[in-house]
Amino acid sequence: MAADATVFPYGLRVLVVDDDPTWLKILEKMLRKCSYEVTTCGLARVALEILRERKSKFDIVISDVNMPDMDGFKLLEHIGLEMDLPVIMMSIDGETSRVMKGVQHGACDYLLKPVRMKELRNIWQHVYRKRMHEVKEIEGHDSCDDLQILRYGFEGFDEKGIFITADSDTTRKRKDLDKDHADQDSSDGATAKKARVVWSVDLHQKFVNAVNQIGFDKVGPKKILDLMNVPGITRENVASHLQKYRLYLGRLQKQNEERILGAARQDFSNKGTSENLNLRSSFQDQPSNVSSGYPHASQKIQGQSSMLDSQLEDTKCTVPLPASDKSRNSVNDVADSQNVADASPLSGVLSFKGLPVNQDNNPSETMIMECQTWNGGVPSKQFMQYPKHNHARCDLLGDYACLPKPDLEHPAAPGNFFTPPPLISMSCSMELDARNFSDVKPALLDCIKSLSPALTCTVDSVSVQLSDSVVTSTSSDRKFSTVEGLPYFDQTNSQGPLFRSQEPSTTCGLDLASLPEDLPSYPLQGVPFENIGLSSIDLFHYNDTMLLAGLQSNWYDDQEFISETTDYPLMDGCLFA
Amino acid sequence: MEYANLRRQAASLKRSLFDQGYLDEQFCQIEDLQDETSPNFAEEVVSLFFKDSVRLVTNIEQAMEKYPEDFNRWDAHMQQLKGSCYSIGASKMNNECTLFRNNCGQENAEGCMRSFQKVKREHAILRQKLESYFQLLRQAGPAGTATRPAGK
Repeated sequence: MAADATVFPYGLRVLVVDDDPTWLKILEKMLRKCSYEVTTCGLARVALEILRERKSKFDIVISDVNMPDMDGFKLLEHIGLEMDLPVIMMSIDGETSRVMKGVQHGACDYLLKPVRMKELRNIWQHVYRKRMHEVKEIEGHDSCDDLQILRYGFEGFDEKGIFITADSDTTRKRKDLDKDHADQDSSDGATAKKARVVWSVDLHQKFVNAVNQIGFDKVGPKKILDLMNVPGITRENVASHLQKYRLYLGRLQKQNEERILGAARQDFSNKGTSENLNLRSSFQDQPSNVSSGYPHASQKIQGQSSMLDSQLEDTKCTVPLPASDKSRNSVNDVADSQNVADASPLSGVLSFKGLPVNQDNNPSETMIMECQTWNGGVPSKQFMQYPKHNHARCDLLGDYACLPKPDLEHPAAPGNFFTPPPLISMSCSMELDARNFSDVKPALLDCIKSLSPALTCTVDSVSVQLSDSVVTSTSSDRKFSTVEGLPYFDQTNSQGPLFRSQEPSTTCGLDLASLPEDLPSYPLQGVPFENIGLSSIDLFHYNDTMLLAGLQSNWYDDQEFISETTDYPLMDGCLFA
Repeated sequence: MEYANLRRQAASLKRSLFDQGYLDEQFCQIEDLQDETSPNFAEEVVSLFFKDSVRLVTNIEQAMEKYPEDFNRWDAHMQQLKGSCYSIGASKMNNECTLFRNNCGQENAEGCMRSFQKVKREHAILRQKLESYFQLLRQAGPAGTATRPAGK
């Protein structure tokens, strides 16, 4: 059959791991006959190395269960933790318990040897399913029809240009509602179903301060509540937040441990998008870091927010980011082609909208992130962004797709999508100055996160200084971990009809740049470096200023990025629900 | 005419291998994978199998010497050989492997020894038979491959 590598599933990149050379040869041949791109490996450890080195170069892994150097389940576990790739196990042993074990460890399929060609021909479905699920998670289990994916084509990051655009629209009404929520009137629960305490940066900081003051071991919701002395929040609110915070800390710790083992990775894809945020997955903090200052020096953020009443308008603000790192070029180029291929399967399901002109195939120079929110017109809207899993890119931002999620309670007609009332667009762009590459991404994310919920803010040009010595992974796009140094965010162009710019308080390292009351806070600091767990987290609820408290924005970050950046103290202090 | 005769012989041999239970459908699968890019694929696979299975057999032998009555270890080694048998559809040898593993399950060292000898014997027989088969095919030329035995 013709191997048109550009059409899914042809060209599916398969890594086959089996200690039996005969099987390896047969499987390779079979897979090639399916027009897949095959890499074989006789040792599980080597396979793991290959995967780590070339994380984004495979779509699926087929692994034998019984291998002398490493148990197939162990390999499966590693892959699940570090790469989030679909893994098919195979074995001659069809015993239910074995199969179950495979499934429990995350195998997407369990094939019995002798494996037949027809089974292999179908393995693309796992890749496809995974992509669909990612989309579904984001869209909150709604039908795919309404989905829009914006894409993410951050190809060409290397060449000094990064464009980030976030387009969003929202209604004024909604913002007002959100604002109410954000005000945290204590009784809001009655008025809005989803009303809850918004753990703004400031509020969370107070919380963290209280925890530190009391001592992590002795904290209790009541004590914290008293210490915080914030009107409008209840003991329950604090208790809930504390719980999340603990999970967050625990997770962070765990991750650090994993990282030490060289195998840290978070699988966020399985977290649901439940509205009750999985904070646990998202934030990680360590008590010790909480109070300690951030390594980050000053960060300035400028936020510009503008409200547009025009109908759906895409505001694209693109600011080229000069990135001094050229080493990524090769990676990006490769990534480009792959992205296209990867995207195609999805396109059948999802309609892509509003792709920036320069997005694709304008390759090396620009990275674009575009997010569109669709217009739900009501209280809680979900704005989600997640990385796609085509890993072939070296993008700061990873692949993000913003999927608008229709609010179930307020069925905004899909049609609204295109004619949203007041449209608010935000765009965020950054400049990379050759310093810490690794930090850029989080920073961007935060920036965007903070902006996106509001849907009204535009942040223009955030410049990030990166260190020249980016050790970045050549093979995988999302590895910024190797970089050291701290990001320096410089804010320029801040002006907004709605907001004034402000400098975030850098008091505690944890302090996410919180803007004054009328300003939305752009947490460029203290941003969770790990965006991993961000799935289904209600991010950044802005206070009064932010009209949109109720928003939920979910960011899915690249796992790789996450895992590698876990060490940064930056993660601290971002426990916002 | 000569070639046709050789092909018939090869087909006949193959059929007998199936009939006597030495091979199963997997072997046909391997032959089906053969194409213009790898015309001798089946033979390559089979030689690879024998090369590697010798290693596996040796492993088992050593394990049985070094770790007497360590049935789990024996079983693990035999499982590898068994998995390898599946690759070319060496069903008769596979059956012997299964018997060996059953003996392991029953912690029957004696039985293990016996079945291991059978495994080795089947291994040798199959090797010899398949060598003949491929030799016939080579003599018969490229057209002589991939004839499916009737009824299988």
